[in-house]
Amino acid sequence: MTADRPVVLVTGASRGIGRAVALAFAAAGHAVAINYAKSADAAEAVVSAVVEGGGMARAFGADISRGADVDALFRDVLAWSGQRLDVLVNNAGITRDGLAVRMSEEAWDEVLDTNLKGAFLCSRAAIRPMMKQRSGCILNISSVVGQDGHVGQANYAASKAGMVGLTVSLAKELGSRNIRVNAIAPGFILSDMTESLDQAARDVLLQRLPLSRFGEPAEVADFCVFLATRAPYVTGQLIRVDGGLHL
Amino acid sequence: MSETGTVSGQELFERIRAIVVEKLGVTADVVTLEASFQEDLGADSLDTVELVMAVEEAFDLQIPDEAAEGLTTVAAVVSYVEANKA
Repeated sequence: MTADRPVVLVTGASRGIGRAVALAFAAAGHAVAINYAKSADAAEAVVSAVVEGGGMARAFGADISRGADVDALFRDVLAWSGQRLDVLVNNAGITRDGLAVRMSEEAWDEVLDTNLKGAFLCSRAAIRPMMKQRSGCILNISSVVGQDGHVGQANYAASKAGMVGLTVSLAKELGSRNIRVNAIAPGFILSDMTESLDQAARDVLLQRLPLSRFGEPAEVADFCVFLATRAPYVTGQLIRVDGGLHL
Repeated sequence: MSETGTVSGQELFERIRAIVVEKLGVTADVVTLEASFQEDLGADSLDTVELVMAVEEAFDLQIPDEAAEGLTTVAAVVSYVEANKA
């Protein structure tokens, strides 16, 4: 049981931005359900980090692109939390990059299924406990690529743009129940994804950033905590956390 | 009033009326068998979904979407639960 702490579920929380989001909510006093698809060891390491910091967390394995997995995930998380869920962070995402002309149907489906359908399935499951509570917050981790596009990422960009449509529709449907739904579009954040860039590509990107640096995962995470806990009149918004990219 | 003709039917009606009163924030006297949730009791579409969820929980039922769409009045819910409860 999670005692009186507010409860957050973060999907794809074993590394990158999801890990940082989990740690930030834990530091803010939330009990954190850490979902992972495959990296059980990494997820357990996040749990350990939370517990060592005096927080409360548990790891929950589930492939969120599958409805049956999502049902089981929510059953387990809600059993752990005593049927309470204050915040859902739809963060789990994958890439299968390639030029559209050569992109396979599988590469399209896999990315859309995890990034967009997964966000829908988790949101749908979260709505029930949140409606009963008459409060809740859903945060969809989109991407600037969903607005700006990117060569080789037609599938990823479409999934991240789709999350914005999901966000505004859910915000309208659920506002009367005091459930807020917002999307965050990170720009270039230091992670496994940006570390795969070569130095030349990095330099080009840095020149386009008014803040002249990549973002830290914690800078996205802290903003998530702010939206969930300190922004009760904000819903249906897409907020870019991108260092001024494309200004 | 045929649905509530038996003692258990009356009990069922009263349990469902209590759920409607709680979920829709109305007084018990307006929750008649004939009352329509949306037309008479001020429910919106999300309210009716919540009502169905509450009935499912109270009577340990799984109401399929097709059946839920037809549950627009108090009488319809009473009949449905009477026919389907364990």
